[in-house]
Amino acid sequence: MNSTDPRERLRSAVGPYFGAYGGRFIPEALIAALDDLTAAWEKAKTEPDFATRLAALHADYTGRPSPITEVPRFAEHAGGVRVLLKREDLNHTGSHKINNVLGQALLTELVGKRRIIAETGAGQHGVATATAAALFGLECTVYMGEEDTRRQALNVARMRLLGAEVVPVRTGTRTLKDAINEAFRDWVTNVETTNYIFGTVAGPHPFPTMVRDLQKIIGEEAREQVLARYDVLPDAVIACVGGGSNAIGIFHAFLDDDEVRLIGCEAAGEGAETTRHAATISKGAPGVLHGARSYLLQDEDGQTLPSHSISAGLDYPGVGPEHSWLADLGRAQYRPISDAEAMDAFALLCRTEGIIPAIESAHALAGAQQVGRELAAEVSDPRQVTLLVNLSGRGDKDVATAAQWFDLIDEGQATT
Amino acid sequence: MRSTAPTIDAARAEGRAALVVYLPVGYPDVPGSIAAAKAAVDAGADIIELGFPYSDPSMDGPVIQQTVQAALDQGTRATDVLHAVEEVAATGAPTLVMTYFNPVLRYGVDAFARDLAAAGGAGLITPDLIPDEAGEWIGAADDHDLDRVFLVAPSSTTERLASTAAACRGFVYAASTMGVTGAREQVGHQARDLVAATRAAGAERVCVGLGVSTGAQAAEVAGYADGVIVGSAVVRTLVREDGDRSAALHDLGALTAELARGVRQQTLAEAGGGSGTGAGAAGSAEAKHGTR
Repeated sequence: MNSTDPRERLRSAVGPYFGAYGGRFIPEALIAALDDLTAAWEKAKTEPDFATRLAALHADYTGRPSPITEVPRFAEHAGGVRVLLKREDLNHTGSHKINNVLGQALLTELVGKRRIIAETGAGQHGVATATAAALFGLECTVYMGEEDTRRQALNVARMRLLGAEVVPVRTGTRTLKDAINEAFRDWVTNVETTNYIFGTVAGPHPFPTMVRDLQKIIGEEAREQVLARYDVLPDAVIACVGGGSNAIGIFHAFLDDDEVRLIGCEAAGEGAETTRHAATISKGAPGVLHGARSYLLQDEDGQTLPSHSISAGLDYPGVGPEHSWLADLGRAQYRPISDAEAMDAFALLCRTEGIIPAIESAHALAGAQQVGRELAAEVSDPRQVTLLVNLSGRGDKDVATAAQWFDLIDEGQATT
Repeated sequence: MRSTAPTIDAARAEGRAALVVYLPVGYPDVPGSIAAAKAAVDAGADIIELGFPYSDPSMDGPVIQQTVQAALDQGTRATDVLHAVEEVAATGAPTLVMTYFNPVLRYGVDAFARDLAAAGGAGLITPDLIPDEAGEWIGAADDHDLDRVFLVAPSSTTERLASTAAACRGFVYAASTMGVTGAREQVGHQARDLVAATRAAGAERVCVGLGVSTGAQAAEVAGYADGVIVGSAVVRTLVREDGDRSAALHDLGALTAELARGVRQQTLAEAGGGSGTGAGAAGSAEAKHGTR
């Protein structure tokens, strides 16, 4: 399956192919724009001025580096191991998405375009893109599945406050995958004036590589922070996986640390054994969707199957090609986490640590509970085990969903 | 198998462009789509493109999105597509399948090529597959003697026009404008330049699609292209709230006949293209290509 020698250093993979995955399965009309974007990105990466401007935005606008927080009261429910959270939830706009968007917005300036478009599921990438549009003075249109605009109404309002046009997408399953289709339709029509700021490590080359490069700061910071404070590398690094940008962001710095386990938590929705889940790697098969070859949820005819998750940000039937490659290599393991497991972990972090996580990130927390118990069973003192969890976003946007799940609204009060 | 090339060449010999009509399999249902394609052939379509309905048609506009979704909702399958090919190809009109790549990949590229050839199909048009990624399909098309139609666009570089033209068998599909499928008031002015550039890059036959909906537009495009591809406008005749299929087939036949008259109009020869000149241009482009 792999055309890349696994003994090569994994961190050096730059696409367009990750083993058998990746590539460009996209209309010819967009190839020139993707070539331009690739060239601009290759150039920007080597320019000190670009790095300086991006670093200044990270520090002064986003608030990087994000801290790591040890969560001992939560860890009591994870086999008693040491659990560290990488606090991407503390970033401006409330998630890791801003890391990618600021880089791509700078790139938009470099290629001389004045309009940006984006797709969004939970709304976090849309909010981050609308934020960057305001900051850079760009025109902005965000495509969002109608179903998601209902689940994440607050984020729709946030994007509109920031001056973006939000277009509810009413085709297909009316979720993230259809928003991506609609964004591609806009892009192919308006490519001369418009840059598509893709939100995750999926899509045609160069998006998986470029978004990875812009998110890998998460793991680079965290690796240094953990080493500096505890003088060890974590035994496992755990992140939730929808398209997979926060996961690849925190995994990447550890790819060649063979002793560090990498664990991606996929959304199992109502159960990976049911038809209502988004466990793409665990339950899908390789194919082509949204411009890249990767695992996807599909039927016998190659039609994309509808995904399901309580978390709009993980409700996606595809996954980035680098994850498919890491899964086949066995370098990362992917495990399904159900809605119920994620919501239990969500509540636990709220009650034990005073941190309300995004429901997406709660999948990683539930995974950490499982992995903590498993690794604790292998050692005499569980405190010898260190887990690093990417807390990719905060849960303010999810309060309505959580209130409904936990039945927290008194009778007669509005529920949305 | 029935390649599209002899049909296009025969049209050219008659001093006209070929008319290529797209219809999605499974809309209004599988038998209905077969009847529609046969009606299009009866009314003058030279070549039929049967659409393989797909869940994520990111290059299609609203009419085709709506109809392929309806086809999928009714459970249209790969076997239905192959069955439709067999029925439509039996009319004698070369019958291509227009498909996004994943359904073919899932079926098995070689297996689909084999079964398509066995059904009498002419080949594939692949809107989201560029030749750079098509190694397996290129090999399968050679093995099973099938047309492979890749797309070029106004944004294509000269190098990509040449590599795409070289990878095509049958004809090259020139997307007239930057955008998705759907009727437009005007066919992009870029289309004529794109056809000329594609010929200069070595293409023997270039057909133009995206945006054509009327006989007048067909005549205009026929002035410079080897074939005129019409999709959404024809598909739209099938979309009726009253579900009156005989009325739909009547409208489809009337529009197809109008388009067929369009591709036969000679008045546009003087507008810098006529089919005779087109053939000459193709000849000189080949000559130019040969000297490189």
